[in-house]
Amino acid sequence: MEKRYLTCIGCPMGCALTVNLSGQEVVSVEGNTCKKGKIYGEQEVISPVRTVTTTVAVEGGKLPAVSVKTRADIPKEKIFDCVRALKGIRISAPVRMGQTILFNVAETGVDIIATKTVDAR
Amino acid sequence: MENYEIVVIGGGPAGLAAAISAKKSGMRKVLILERDRELGGILNQCIHNGFGLHTFKEELTGPEYAERFIRMAQEAEVEYRLNTMVMDISGDKKITALNKEEGLLEIQAEAVILAMGCRERSRGALNIPGYRPAGIFSAGTAQRLVNMEGYLPGREVVILGSGDIGLIMARRMTLEGANVKVVAELMPYSGGLKRNIVQCLDDFGIPLKLSHTVVDIKGKERVEGVTLAQVDEKGKPIPGTEEEYRCDTLLLSVGLIPENELSREMGVKLNPVTSGPQVSESLETSVDGVFACGNVLHVHDLVDFVSEEAEAAGRHAAEYIKAKREDRREPEAGSAQEQIPLETGEGVRYTVPSFVRPEYMEDSLKVRFRVGKVYRNCYVNVRFDEEQVIHKKRLYAAPGEMEELTLKKEQLAEFPQLKKITISMEEA
Ligand SMILES: Cc1cc2nc3c(=O)[nH]c(=O)nc-3n(C[C@H](O)[C@H](O)[C@H](O)COP(=O)(O)OP(=O)(O)OC[C@H]3O[C@@H](n4cnc5c(N)ncnc54)[C@H](O)[C@@H]3O)c2cc1C
Ligand code: SF4
Repeated sequence: MEKRYLTCIGCPMGCALTVNLSGQEVVSVEGNTCKKGKIYGEQEVISPVRTVTTTVAVEGGKLPAVSVKTRADIPKEKIFDCVRALKGIRISAPVRMGQTILFNVAETGVDIIATKTVDAR
Repeated sequence: MENYEIVVIGGGPAGLAAAISAKKSGMRKVLILERDRELGGILNQCIHNGFGLHTFKEELTGPEYAERFIRMAQEAEVEYRLNTMVMDISGDKKITALNKEEGLLEIQAEAVILAMGCRERSRGALNIPGYRPAGIFSAGTAQRLVNMEGYLPGREVVILGSGDIGLIMARRMTLEGANVKVVAELMPYSGGLKRNIVQCLDDFGIPLKLSHTVVDIKGKERVEGVTLAQVDEKGKPIPGTEEEYRCDTLLLSVGLIPENELSREMGVKLNPVTSGPQVSESLETSVDGVFACGNVLHVHDLVDFVSEEAEAAGRHAAEYIKAKREDRREPEAGSAQEQIPLETGEGVRYTVPSFVRPEYMEDSLKVRFRVGKVYRNCYVNVRFDEEQVIHKKRLYAAPGEMEELTLKKEQLAEFPQLKKITISMEEA
């Protein structure tokens, strides 16, 4: 049986989890103090997801860049693809908080939105 | 000379929440003075998410959290001036500030709220031997350069200190194409959130070396490498454990200190443990009518608690002004009342507030504190003089996470002769 070792991020205790796998199936989770840890452990080995935050260059704005995020979580292995897809982009001011910057980033089905308002210069 | 009811120094999350709350408590003229080009404080450079779970029940990035509060401040008609640096505050609450358009400003306030935030400890405080080549940055400076100016300060990076800013920057620089080789932490535990260790280091295979420090920095013009060594329980490097890392950049994330130059100059009494003002249950400092909240009072890890604390400060400042107008307040406020000190017992480093005056207490009072080491299965104890009144089980407590407990006014009323309140930790 394959074992994966993780730290639960559900609360400050940070329980050390051991997830026992048989192929793609989770057989059991050990080391968790509460139910949240079991759910986290299962999710994290089967399909880990993350919110990605970065910046995108702005043209003609009061600030040179605007902060952005994925509107929802994306698969963890797509983090770098997502950042790369945003590298070349320049967006012109004004930018509103919540505005879509890029649709369907890196084929994840998730959009990139601005997390700040940048007025035109 | 201009006149305002309340002047708030600093327009970060603390200043914004304090000003909004003062307005809601019936004040008409409330002014924020901010030295930066925009409101929002440190949140503007914290583009990662993880803010606002308590306040808004959803996870926001720093700029989003800031923008929500900026809008609320605008709706509440809080006045503010940007690019305005406060230079001096006198004991009678006359504020001297400087900005380009107006030059020197003089403003008379009835109450002042200090919300200047904190600054990073610098390399000088660290005592690392060697030259001072280019390529050494505080993690917060690097954060500002990358996220606000769009400039990557280096390609091969070593980070000293595992506080949240260091962890967040390990991920940020990795995503921007840098190679972060290692994060070294002097203590045997990290001061950062577990979530940040997992999502900022583990996700990218960046090693975290606990009980390690930098003992040497190589390079004359620019950093060329650093030497790490393991330390013993006293924090002293152990000979023979040295390891060299080639790098062009060293980031320091070695702690924050409240920014209290202004407070000190105006004679506000500071707590040597927090480096922030000593405050009453109303978050009032030792100077009459001067209040404090947020990171200037004590360093917070969660902005939600900053907002909550600041809201209380704004409310208390408004109450102070109303009481003064109605002549409810005794002339020698602070000194004449009985003050019950909050004392730190076993395992507790500090408390905010430092003392309570029962007659000024609201129905319940949040006391925030930090513990001195990691506890698993422990109790938080509160004693009124010698009698134990709270004995609460906690599964976990650590120096990196602020603790809180609630004192009830009715509880205190049962102890009319109370001399002191002691908060301590106990292993189970
Ligand atoms: C890197 C980093 C990551 C963080 N991550 C998280 C997180 O994931 N989740 C979370 O909840 N919290 C997080 N926090 C904590 C939270 O952001 C802070 O605790 C909070 O922003 C502090 O607010 P403040 O208003 O007290 O200080 P600040 O935001 O620092 O604001 C103080 C303001 O006062 C101004 N000022 C200072 N002196 C003067 C003067 N003389 N005249 C005029 N203006 C002045 C400054 O310019 C600044 O705008 C993080 C903090 C940092 C630094
Ligand atoms: S398993 Fe439960 S107690 Fe342990 S870290 Fe996760 S959420 Fe916290």
